[in-house]
Amino acid sequence: MSTALEVVNLSKEYRIGAKQNQFNTLRDSVMDVATAPFRRLGSLMRGEAYGAAELSESLWALRDVSFTVQQGDVVGIIGRNGAGKSTLLKILSQITEPTHGQVRLYGRVGSLLEVGTGFHPELTGRENIYLNGAILGMSRVDIQRKFDEIVDFSGVEKFLDTPVKHYSSGMGLRLGFAVAAHMEPDILIVDEVLAVGDAEFQKKCLGKMSDVAGEGRTVLFVSHNLQAVRMLCKYGICLEGGTVVQQGDVSSVVNSYLKAAQRFDNPVPLQGTSKKEIFLDALRLKSINAPDWGVVEMGDPILLEFKVVCRRPVTGLNLGFGLRSESGERLAVCYSAPRQTFDLSAGTHIIQAQFNQFNVTPGLYAVNGRLEAHGIELDWPIGDSYQFEVIPSEVLLGTPQECLINGKFFIQPDWKQVVSQQVSNEASL
Amino acid sequence: MKESTTLPTHQSNPLLILQASQGWAALQLGEIWRYRELLGFLIWRDIKVRYKQTVLGVLWAILQPVMTMVIFSAFFGELAKVPSDGVPYYLFAYCGLVPWALFSGGLSRSVGSLVSNSNLIKKIYFPRLLIPISSVVGGVIDFALAFFVLIVLLILAGFFPTLNILWLPYFILLAIITALGVGLWLSAMNVQFRDVNYIIPFIVQSWLYITPIAYPSSLIHNEVLRALYSLNPMVGVVEGFRWALLGTQIDLGLTVFISSGVALFLLITGLFYFRRMERTFADVI
Repeated sequence: MSTALEVVNLSKEYRIGAKQNQFNTLRDSVMDVATAPFRRLGSLMRGEAYGAAELSESLWALRDVSFTVQQGDVVGIIGRNGAGKSTLLKILSQITEPTHGQVRLYGRVGSLLEVGTGFHPELTGRENIYLNGAILGMSRVDIQRKFDEIVDFSGVEKFLDTPVKHYSSGMGLRLGFAVAAHMEPDILIVDEVLAVGDAEFQKKCLGKMSDVAGEGRTVLFVSHNLQAVRMLCKYGICLEGGTVVQQGDVSSVVNSYLKAAQRFDNPVPLQGTSKKEIFLDALRLKSINAPDWGVVEMGDPILLEFKVVCRRPVTGLNLGFGLRSESGERLAVCYSAPRQTFDLSAGTHIIQAQFNQFNVTPGLYAVNGRLEAHGIELDWPIGDSYQFEVIPSEVLLGTPQECLINGKFFIQPDWKQVVSQQVSNEASL
Repeated sequence: MKESTTLPTHQSNPLLILQASQGWAALQLGEIWRYRELLGFLIWRDIKVRYKQTVLGVLWAILQPVMTMVIFSAFFGELAKVPSDGVPYYLFAYCGLVPWALFSGGLSRSVGSLVSNSNLIKKIYFPRLLIPISSVVGGVIDFALAFFVLIVLLILAGFFPTLNILWLPYFILLAIITALGVGLWLSAMNVQFRDVNYIIPFIVQSWLYITPIAYPSSLIHNEVLRALYSLNPMVGVVEGFRWALLGTQIDLGLTVFISSGVALFLLITGLFYFRRMERTFADVI
């Protein structure tokens, strides 16, 4: 195995925010307007970027980032918004230069930061395949050779000679991805392309990505879809504030990223609730069999814990919660009443809800809590939801990936063969 | 990953090292050659898209210079009786307008080309020089159509080409180089200073006046002034076209020499300036 790319002490500075001047008199501000062109022209001639915008504050999007990727590795890069993931990919794709440091590439890089880059709405699908292919660095001969495959994969053969401006957005995406999926670089760099498109498109992308990974190419993959990262990648790199906070085996990187993202000991103070006499202070969730909060294995028994603060005694407290998927779709709403209500004294109380099975498919979920008593709402911190991740269980190994990606619930009925009728060969003759 | 490194990592030299560049960058024209197919596709796209959703289509390439010729002939030729070096005024004017359209069209398109392709610049790498080059070179199809009309007009008027016509490709190239040289400077500036967008119509219009299209440069008798006048490369182009096609009797040598020198200077400095500014395009566009 040999090195595919090395990143050494990579840093990138961006200029943000304009200088704010205080003008005391009209004369000052007129003077500023009058001299600004010369100032800006000066910076233009010195070859400084940002001259016209007069940006003075700086932001380090990346700071001393170093890592090495071996040939054939599939590496997932995760991190919150603004952690520097996209900047890193832009430097690796040669779109922008680093401020300090170096990237050494030991192979041809193909990057896919956007699906359908350079598509021209006035050109037909056929023409755009050629144009987009050339932009992605494919030669005319390559494109011709793979043309039928691309068209096949995109599923838009009927509209091949229609200008792309008449395409639906989904068709445009599919065509764009189809072209990109057929480039053959040594090192493939992919940004959040799965964030767009419908479930079927995402599934297709994921499938193709795992094919590419299986072919032994080096892949760097940025996604917010932790499930996809975990499924596709072997290694993970977690960025925070422009630095690498963790790298290594993908599940440990993802797990610690999730843990860092949601610390129960330090819950976000719920807005305004402190004024309430009875309020939901915090919410958390874990697997009964595991010590860590926030990450559960699919199919595990689950514990959902409410922390309720009462400044006066309360009777007939009814606890409720709602479960939402990553896309915000409400999956379930549940109340403790009428099965169970609580009479609580003044103080802080922990109440647990236990599920023997929790069969949602792997992904990110959020849960919201609500308190009421005798039909009167006491607290409903609707904006504060607790996020947790459901990861695939090893018990379910061998389950087709489709069962994990499509659908929200994982169901396992018992199968039984009931009636069989033998077709006798003599009878059919 | 670092953890999995078992072999020494420097078995071979890297294909490419990405790092901050300092000062003036090398032109790397070889890279443009490697990306020639993409250049071809970009030119093809510009041509293909230019007259989409128009009624008259490519006829516009002919109509623009022809209509200008009619107006010039009526007002400068008939009304103001501007001399035309002994050839019919309409031919004289049209012969200047055809290369002028190649130059002014190429210049105008290239100046805005980087900004209008910002989606590409922000999302994928390729030599950025391809963008202004393709918008200038994309004008040759329009030029060919207008030139065809010029040939028809010449034949109808009884002009037959002499051996001078062999020089014509040189003057065409000179017009392209001039447009590209200025286009490189202005398109790179336009990325940060959108002022350029507002100046460009004024520049093109003024340039038309200082180029001998409506009038002959033979009106300038002073040798020194003529040399100064030739600092405008389009003087060499337009007078060259007339000399090659209409056989105007004019001493071209010094004019073409100066014009070519200036055009080459603009191109080379433009290339270096563009390469220097290029590294920040994606960050500021």
